[in-house]
Amino acid sequence: MADLITGLIFIPILGALFLSVSPQKYARVIALGSNFITALIAFAVWRHFDSAAVGMQMVGRHAWIPAIGAEYLVGIDGLSLLLVILTSLLFPFALLAQKMGRGFCALMLIMQAALYGTFTAQNFILWFLFYEMSLVPGFLLIKVWGGAGRDRAATKFFLYTFLGSVAMLLSFLGIYLVRGTFDFAALAALGKSGLIPGKMGWLAFAGIFLGLAVKVPLFPFHTWLPDAYEAAPTGAAMVLTGALSKMGVYGFIRLLLPLFPNEIRIAGPWLLGLAVCSIVFASLAAWAQRDLKRMVAYLSINHLGYCMLGLFAVSATTAVPAAEAQAALSGVFLQIFNHGITAAALFYFVGLLEERRGARGLNDFGGLMQRTPLLCGWMSVAMFSSLGLPGLNGFVSEFLIFKSSFALAAGFTAVAVLGLLATAIVFMRVMQALFSGPLAESCGAFPDLRLGEKWVVIPIALLMFVIGIAPQFVFNIFNSTVVQMARLLG
Amino acid sequence: MTPTLQLFLVVSVALFCIGLLAALSRRHAIFILIGIELMLAAAGLNFIAFWRFAPQPAPPTGVMVTIFAIAIAAAEAAVGLALVIAVYRHYRTTNVDQLDQLKG
Amino acid sequence: MSHWIAAHLWLIPALPLAISLLVLSLANSRRAAAAGLAIGGQVIALILSLAALLSTLGIPGYRVFQNFTWFTFGAETLRLGFVLDPLAAAMLVMIAFVSLCIFVFSVGYMAADKNFTRFFAYLSFFSAAMLGLAIANSLLLLFICWELVGLASYLLIGFWIHKPSAAAAAKKAFITTRIGDLGFFLGMLWLYGRSGTLLFYDGGRGALESAALLSLGGAATGIALLIFSGAIGKSGQFPLHVWLPDAMEGPTPVSALIHAATMVAAGVFLVARVYPLFVVAGGVDPGGLSAAASNGRVTVPLTVVVWIGVITALISALIALAQWDIKRILAYSTVSQLGLMMVSLGVGGIAAGIMHLLAHGFFKALLFLGSGSVIHGCHEEQDIRKMGGLRGLMPLTFLTYAVGMMALSGVPLFFAGAWTKEEIVQATSRWPVSAVPYYLTLAGVILTALYMTRQMIYVFFGARRAAAKQAHESTPIMTVPLVVLAICVIALSVVLTPAWPWLHSYLSGETAHFDAARLIQPVLFVSLALVALGIGLGVLIYRRASEIDPLERVLPAVFRFLENRMWLDELYDWTVLAAARLAARASDLLDRYLWDGFVRGLGSLGNSLGSFTRGFDEGAINAGANEAAAATRGFGRLFSRGHSGQIQTYLGAIAVAMLALLLLYAWLI
Repeated sequence: MADLITGLIFIPILGALFLSVSPQKYARVIALGSNFITALIAFAVWRHFDSAAVGMQMVGRHAWIPAIGAEYLVGIDGLSLLLVILTSLLFPFALLAQKMGRGFCALMLIMQAALYGTFTAQNFILWFLFYEMSLVPGFLLIKVWGGAGRDRAATKFFLYTFLGSVAMLLSFLGIYLVRGTFDFAALAALGKSGLIPGKMGWLAFAGIFLGLAVKVPLFPFHTWLPDAYEAAPTGAAMVLTGALSKMGVYGFIRLLLPLFPNEIRIAGPWLLGLAVCSIVFASLAAWAQRDLKRMVAYLSINHLGYCMLGLFAVSATTAVPAAEAQAALSGVFLQIFNHGITAAALFYFVGLLEERRGARGLNDFGGLMQRTPLLCGWMSVAMFSSLGLPGLNGFVSEFLIFKSSFALAAGFTAVAVLGLLATAIVFMRVMQALFSGPLAESCGAFPDLRLGEKWVVIPIALLMFVIGIAPQFVFNIFNSTVVQMARLLG
Repeated sequence: MTPTLQLFLVVSVALFCIGLLAALSRRHAIFILIGIELMLAAAGLNFIAFWRFAPQPAPPTGVMVTIFAIAIAAAEAAVGLALVIAVYRHYRTTNVDQLDQLKG
Repeated sequence: MSHWIAAHLWLIPALPLAISLLVLSLANSRRAAAAGLAIGGQVIALILSLAALLSTLGIPGYRVFQNFTWFTFGAETLRLGFVLDPLAAAMLVMIAFVSLCIFVFSVGYMAADKNFTRFFAYLSFFSAAMLGLAIANSLLLLFICWELVGLASYLLIGFWIHKPSAAAAAKKAFITTRIGDLGFFLGMLWLYGRSGTLLFYDGGRGALESAALLSLGGAATGIALLIFSGAIGKSGQFPLHVWLPDAMEGPTPVSALIHAATMVAAGVFLVARVYPLFVVAGGVDPGGLSAAASNGRVTVPLTVVVWIGVITALISALIALAQWDIKRILAYSTVSQLGLMMVSLGVGGIAAGIMHLLAHGFFKALLFLGSGSVIHGCHEEQDIRKMGGLRGLMPLTFLTYAVGMMALSGVPLFFAGAWTKEEIVQATSRWPVSAVPYYLTLAGVILTALYMTRQMIYVFFGARRAAAKQAHESTPIMTVPLVVLAICVIALSVVLTPAWPWLHSYLSGETAHFDAARLIQPVLFVSLALVALGIGLGVLIYRRASEIDPLERVLPAVFRFLENRMWLDELYDWTVLAAARLAARASDLLDRYLWDGFVRGLGSLGNSLGSFTRGFDEGAINAGANEAAAATRGFGRLFSRGHSGQIQTYLGAIAVAMLALLLLYAWLI
């Protein structure tokens, strides 16, 4: 079974290698073909996954570099599976979003492999390898195919996240020197009683926290994100926000929470404060944006802030009731998934508008509802999903997160709710500016959704509805993982 | 006046000085060569003189060296003349003042 | 039958919802199909609602609920449910019936609109959400429907999306109500955290049942107030009432449906639904939770409800007095009436409040549709200064409008509104805390009669002004719903009289008895006198109405103040909105300059470090090497000067050197 996971990681790499020798015009077909295979594998993993079992499944272990404690150790639990499914879901849509050549597709495939690896690796060295491996394609995608300001944005993106990674690596080396293992499960077992005592423990915590906070990103380590997303080409922006930012949240859940429970408990109020700042400031900043892509980027920070709020609320409180811990973790997991598809959809729509108009300012459009009702309608679905309207996916996860965080940290939650309001204002403003009023002259010749675009839009939007109305099938993936983690945290 | 070593040496020095003067002051390459030959001759004279006035019987080293020196001088003169001719052909002059290609 | 309907309650909202999706997918040209489907769905919903009502009639205190699991997260389950009790049943029938009338009316009113099918899809969606709200047995499900109602109202207010003012109004409505909804959301979370369930009734474990209520303790006050903030937003109560008059930008049937009959009533309904929370906030013994005993209790949240309601009722009645837009007058009137309902709930007259809600649904829908007919007849003119004398030109509209006006003003005996208003006034008069709400309510009664008389005179009496010249009566498809509603308004008064308080008893879970003596009560005469005073004053003042309002002539400053809605919108614009915009700007700037500046500072620190090392390299290390090189070269030059190329010079040098060596040799020996 572990071979399935290995296949998941290496098929995109093979695809990328194959792409480099194949003719330019078949690039997208080959990339999509590779995606089709990995999607099938992901589906097979899902089918073989025992949703009632506890702990890692389909574990594969091979010796790699024993001298430094590195081994090839992959496995999957509910959270990993959820993220693997999300990755498999997002990449085909991201590839369909733009007609791009060989290089672009190959880099996307490498990034996909890195993501699969990150979400399944259970040994730090291996995990870190994949974690960093995602950075290079990200950098190149922005740098080569990006829009205005891409050089600056790409460099900033790379340096910023790399700096965080270095801090994290140093921390892990420290942990290795003290504890002698890189195995996540072993470290988590040690974490209960304090991984490293004293000041060194705090230093290690700070290093890992920095690395992950930059990746998520958490306020105030977020400033690379608007620039990077703004400059990135649509397809890259979709996977950057949909999948790449999840690596940070995943890291928080997989590493920081189990490894440093005591440190987090002590730093809890501060961390909650950062999460609330993420939520409130990012949504307010989104309000002030005129560039649609930048606006969506800020809302991405805001939505991941909800994840952080839920996680910190649970880990910062002592003796959390099981119900609250389960609500928070379920909410966060679902929010990860929801934000993945919703934010990607929003970037896709902004890309469609930009492609038609050649600009993406708030004031570059007007009266689109008269010209392109379908585009407006489906885009509204994505926006309402993002602002947490009941009946769509966002509401379920936000409800669960806020439910538990209100029970555990009422004051912080009450402030964070302002983020919901600001998000609503942002989207109302966008709809007013884009859809309403007389049809702008510059938009007079817009085509409505084309067939190929409908094939991207409608499945994603329907998925939003399905999760919003009957989310049980998603919860089934990670329910037993949630119960287990809640027991660890409680 | 018996021939003494001093006398030979004086002649040799004079010969050497004449040769040196010629080599230094003449502008024509051939004369410079002649000057050099004179100096060589002075050296040969020295060798013979020191051998002749050394305690006898001595091995004929001085004569041998001088004979070799004369042979080499002949060869040298031949090479030197050939060079002068080659230089003349190349530069159309044998005036050494104008031959300053060795300048650093 | 009664069993069946209780088990299949979900069908009532599900049907219009399915039809709405179906209609949305229809082509724009399939008008007849769209209208037919929507109306058909509404008819079935009405039949089912009536069946539900019938099944509740026999048994006092009837309550059936049906809970189901929405999803399981971790090891926890989240359950939702539907409930059928008198409150839900009465709401269902009112919503379904009024909606049906409005649907039919819309066929005529929207006949010329090119997005006809979409309009009916939205209407159906709205009705579905509203019906779902009425039968929700879970605060969460109620909240979900509540938000969907908000979405539907957003879509409908902004239906004429090409009008910037409509889009702005839709946005304002959505955001303003969402402010209240956030409070509601927090209250719901709090309740969930405290009682572990959001189901209202769950066989003793529900959040509204005594065990859970008692466990709330002091939190109940906070929860109740937070939930009430949702009602403030939705029901247009002060200070969140500003969206409602602007929402008149929507098509008139929308105003009738959303802003008169149903959506705005949701707030009142919410308070009535979670009333036990409001009652328990003061700390109550478990026995005192029955409806009868809870009447007249005074708790902090209920007091807040009363004062908010009174302030709203009075302010908006005053503002209505100085408006020129026929629909805006009705909008402010709605706000004012909702305030009255809140007062009634707050002082403990739940049944009275709900009765007024139901009656108001009918007559306000009638008035709005009537105004729609007037607007349509006057070729989309909404300014009452340009109307006048329409009574002859639009007789049916005039008659039905008059019925609505009298019901709203509270003309006694035959009009539904009068009896319910009576109940409210009586309930208020018994409030032990303060008599002020009572007198203010009475003032509100006068004002209501006054502004409605003003409107009637401006629209239907006097000289025909500009827009009234070519006015015409509307088509039967529009007038028939008016007539039906007018008949209902009168018929409803039968079950509302104190002599046979059927509806009151039904809602309170008692059985009604006929008692003619209860018809005559002292307060009745007071309010009768006040209504007469209001109408009489109105006729007196506005008898010779012209384009300048008499009030404007006498008290120009006051009139201006009221006409501009007490400058509340402007006040919000300058304070709350400005602050919010400032905050947005500030966080953007902070982001760009402070946080990013910090990052860039770090970057330039690295940069300058780089430049420094470069400078050191170039200035110090490189320069040393260069110096050494240059010196060597200089020496070389110096020496090379000796190399003249003159062989004789070289020879000379050799000679001199030899001589020197000789001399040295000689000196050494």
